[in-house]
Amino acid sequence: MFDRRINIFTGHFGSGKTEVAVNFAIKLSELSRKKFEHSAGIDEKTAIVDMDIINPFFRTVDAKSELEKHGIWVISSIYANTNVDIPALPSEIYTLFEKKEYKVVFDVGGDDLGAKAVSRFRQEILSDDYELFFVVNVKRPMTDTPEKIKEMIYIIEESSGIKITKLVNNTNYLFDTTAEDIIEGHKMLEEVSKETGVPIAFASGLRKPLEEAGQVIKVPLLPIGKLIKLPWEQDGDEGLEIEI
Amino acid sequence: MGEKLLMKGNEVIAEAALRAGCRCYFGYPITPQTEIAHYLAKKMPQVGGTFIQAESEIAAINMVYGAAGAGARVMTSSSSPGISLKQEGISYISGAELPAVIVNIVRCGPGLGGILPAQCDYFQAVKGGGHGDYKMVVLAPSSVQELYELTVEAFNIADRYRILTMIMGDGILGQMMETVEFRDEEEIIKVDKDWATTGTEMKRDHNTITSIYINPEVLEKHNQKLQAKYRKIEENEVRVETFNCDGADIIVAAYGTVARIIKNVIKMAEKEGIKVGLIRPITLWPFPVAAFEKYSEVPKAFLSVELNAGQMVEDVRLAVNGKRPVYFHGRMGGMLPTQKEILDKIKEIVKGD
Repeated sequence: MFDRRINIFTGHFGSGKTEVAVNFAIKLSELSRKKFEHSAGIDEKTAIVDMDIINPFFRTVDAKSELEKHGIWVISSIYANTNVDIPALPSEIYTLFEKKEYKVVFDVGGDDLGAKAVSRFRQEILSDDYELFFVVNVKRPMTDTPEKIKEMIYIIEESSGIKITKLVNNTNYLFDTTAEDIIEGHKMLEEVSKETGVPIAFASGLRKPLEEAGQVIKVPLLPIGKLIKLPWEQDGDEGLEIEI
Repeated sequence: MGEKLLMKGNEVIAEAALRAGCRCYFGYPITPQTEIAHYLAKKMPQVGGTFIQAESEIAAINMVYGAAGAGARVMTSSSSPGISLKQEGISYISGAELPAVIVNIVRCGPGLGGILPAQCDYFQAVKGGGHGDYKMVVLAPSSVQELYELTVEAFNIADRYRILTMIMGDGILGQMMETVEFRDEEEIIKVDKDWATTGTEMKRDHNTITSIYINPEVLEKHNQKLQAKYRKIEENEVRVETFNCDGADIIVAAYGTVARIIKNVIKMAEKEGIKVGLIRPITLWPFPVAAFEKYSEVPKAFLSVELNAGQMVEDVRLAVNGKRPVYFHGRMGGMLPTQKEILDKIKEIVKGD
């Protein structure tokens, strides 16, 4: 699950890609640090790229300070979270295909429109060691049946020019998520997996329901904390802070 | 309740419109509300409706004028600069007494301003950005669930009174995700649109949709009729949430996104021994005057918190009518007030007198 150098997260917009990507990057950096402590020779670094050219708000850069605390290099457009809506990509992306000591997470914008940004780096990605994840929340209206999920996979593959290699079950109702919801998502993805041949990489979600679901579904789990916050979830609101 | 999904505010507005029987949408893309058009472009053809990306906001509002005149349930959506462009059409539609729904996912101004959340179009919406003595019903939801329920209701209000109804949100509400639970079936009011221009079949006189009245006496009568309708709406359609107001030391007035922040401020203030109430206007017009009158004897003061330079605060002052001081705290440019800064302002007021 964490062995590829390049990890690209795509999906329907609102599927929770950014939360999954941010938490995945933090996990990657923790694993690299552990590896470094065990063998002095390996010094892997982690970077995360905000490739979202669709969504003007709620972006990777919202979690920047948390990511930087973990020593992660956060690369985002200078226009992210400003008052202009310019779908620009940061030029530093090219560096990451040269600096092989980095493990890289790409947080891509939603739908086929967002996946278009990936196609620009198609050659670089295909000649590298990569995984193209497709994040699904089956409680989202455009991905709530196997047919709609397959349609979304198809248009994202067509737009990015790269085949999706792994599915991620991120089924959730935010803080109202139950283990049953996650299991339901898993079952639907199993159906999609059977028909497309694309395996499920892992399930992600808030720790409590995810671990409960983990007793039923046999896939790796990525417990995530909600790092992209709403204005009323910020200062002094301990109730909504969730430990990773 | 029926189907439960995790949706973005903008998507929910679009879905609610479909469920309310809206089969005509005309719009032009602008951040932060483009998801409404995006969603309807996909879904409208599936239900046999009409989706048109117009060549401009001005064209879109005039398409609304035409469709509403023919008796269709019709919607357009935009964000601040686009809503400014629609003002002429809004005035004409109001003059012609046509029902339609307009969504404004407000961004910061003036001018091109920026795409981040703001409430700086309050005056434009409730006092009339277009010309003439007209009113629109203005609904201000503060959650994704409420965006759904109020969008459906907006179509009913529009039809019931032959009036424009506006849903006013901001970028946070439009872009954020929350769980929404849909009803299995919507309560859609059926009105006889015998005024619509749908063809006479040679069986009746033709209907005329117009806002021009050449005879001044007739135009004055038309205006008086409009005003009588607005008084009726003020009597029947006020929506407001009052929270924690009984026994409160100070009452905050806030709507939409800001009201969500205030609810957490109330919890913080409680820990410091200050009881803060909230009056949340859900209809910005008609303004919930009675709710303010009811609590106008609050011991300390009122505080209006807004994402602008002080707009709703004027209506709060009119409603409180000098009985207590009315303070204001606002942020602009896409900046949001933190819970702490609002609490500091409350403490300053409470300790000040």
